[in-house]
Amino acid sequence: MGRKILLKNIGIPGIRNFETYRANGGYHYVEKALKEMTPAMIVTEVTKSGLRGRGGAGFPTGLKWSFLDLKGNKPRYLICNADESEPGTFKDRYLMEKNPHLLLEGLIISSYALGVRTCYIYVRGEFKYIVGILENAIKEAHFHGFLGEKILGTNFSLDIFVHPGAGAYICGEETALLESLEGKRGNPRIKPPFPAYKGLYECPTVVNNVETLASVGPIISMGGVEYSRIGIGKSTGTKLISACGHINNPGVYEIEMGLPVEEFIYGDEYCGGIKDNKRLKAVIPGGSSVPILPADLILQTASGDTRLLSFESLAEGEFVSGSMLGSGGFIVYNEDACIVRNTLNLTHFYWHESCGQCSPCREGTGWMEKVLHRIEYGNGKMSDIDLLVSVADNIEGNTICPLGDAAAWPVASAIRHFRKEFEFHVEHPEIVTRHDHNGRHDLFIDQHD
Amino acid sequence: MVSHKLYSKEGKPVSFTPETLKKVLTLIGRYPPGQQKSAILPILHIAQEELGGYLSVDVMDYVATLLNIQPIEVYEVATFYSMFYLTPVGKYVIEVCRTGPCSITGGEQILHYLQESLKIKTGETTPDGMFTLKAVECIGACGNAPVMQVNTEFYENLTKDKIDQILKDLQNKADLEKSPDKKWVEKFY
Repeated sequence: MGRKILLKNIGIPGIRNFETYRANGGYHYVEKALKEMTPAMIVTEVTKSGLRGRGGAGFPTGLKWSFLDLKGNKPRYLICNADESEPGTFKDRYLMEKNPHLLLEGLIISSYALGVRTCYIYVRGEFKYIVGILENAIKEAHFHGFLGEKILGTNFSLDIFVHPGAGAYICGEETALLESLEGKRGNPRIKPPFPAYKGLYECPTVVNNVETLASVGPIISMGGVEYSRIGIGKSTGTKLISACGHINNPGVYEIEMGLPVEEFIYGDEYCGGIKDNKRLKAVIPGGSSVPILPADLILQTASGDTRLLSFESLAEGEFVSGSMLGSGGFIVYNEDACIVRNTLNLTHFYWHESCGQCSPCREGTGWMEKVLHRIEYGNGKMSDIDLLVSVADNIEGNTICPLGDAAAWPVASAIRHFRKEFEFHVEHPEIVTRHDHNGRHDLFIDQHD
Repeated sequence: MVSHKLYSKEGKPVSFTPETLKKVLTLIGRYPPGQQKSAILPILHIAQEELGGYLSVDVMDYVATLLNIQPIEVYEVATFYSMFYLTPVGKYVIEVCRTGPCSITGGEQILHYLQESLKIKTGETTPDGMFTLKAVECIGACGNAPVMQVNTEFYENLTKDKIDQILKDLQNKADLEKSPDKKWVEKFY
């Protein structure tokens, strides 16, 4: 059994309420931080902990904080990114629903560390009920003196506001989120300037993911060094993995970084194996944007090492034979899954969600969707496969924000690992146009390149 | 990307109730002075819910006045975000997730079944104005796939039987709300 930090208390009835949360040791860290520590000490602890951003990029949180412009007179802002929209990812929703006060604690300590007076939680619009849960938790914290003016008798004051989005994947990108929070269309900004200098309302701003900020309280409680001992290498601490697809136990699991992927997929306390005793075909380990890996490469690296759930291990082999930990959205495909159909589905998603600012992404996602559509529906040509690779290549790295890369990687990796399946679709239109063709896809389970 | 059409003005005066207006002003107060435009998303959500179920040009113009910004600034935003409807929708908007994890665990069949049951295509509204059917992108509930939302309420682990029951319940709920005996019903059940 791995150690639980974020989900430790979620089994306690009523933990969502302030009183129960407090009675179980809640807000103790806030008192410790505000009364016994200076802001710089907190930043140091977070840096020592080795905590890396849990939203997908894995950037060291302490380092991100250290970039914040502390010189000017402008107000500074902390934004909690709760616009969880990456397909396959539903961990932040779970955390906010079950344990909202853990997040608030993290926000209070982080705001104190960064000299922030106003903090916004940007929650995706579809999570309307989460807005209610958070608003209520904020009210409770206010009532008990943990928010508002002069918290716990110190000179530190803080307000936290919930801001609902309205259905746009792109607003999870931090600069698009800031645009959206300013009341505009969610078009990502050109960087630099980075938000640490010019963020919300052109003021210094830090944007962190829900899970990242929720980890700050426990880090202060146990100490950065102690936290950094959990996990493996530069992947410290625990990570929430949201598992879905063809498995027996879909859900959110807190794992210690470094858990073998095989144990996660087949262990009874995690995914519990593939549903209906089918064979494993492929996994997208970090949300739909990261490269898909066939069964053998998700369980072992190309060089034969056991594949672990950590930033480094999942990335081993880079994009030739590796993937990314990303947001921890773990999507499992069984032998019946059609990789072409799935790639078409995901490409449609990126085409729909492209903000339209950059031509490579706006046009390229549409072209890839069209070409994949004709392959899947039996009208593909053999040259279409390389055409897809070429379009994906021309999107990657040529856009303002990473949505372009996120759209290119699933296509490029699906063709890299399952080219034979694409070829089969082109060669056998009579089979693929029948949409009961699922049964044929096990042919490719061991035949990827 | 989705293309949207703006429809001509209907010329009906629109405004929030005094109670709602008070809440709206509190929301505007959450942002620094001069940054009132930041409140546009929460206010458009409220406007859509309370002023006719969709954002007509008149409603958007009203929001522009409230925020002291140009109407075009509201149109820009309203056309960007997929949760805002620019044309009338049914009483219940059924939004079925069509993305990855839902699609491989039966989401496609659920969407087909809803089309059959409601006798409409995706994007259409039933003639009685009760249901609008939409296919939407990932709504962040992949662990309980397949999923859908009805007016932002989540319905998870869907099966055909569950769909039958949900549609029946929604229809009953709508009938009760229409019924003149509503108070009586409330009293005894």
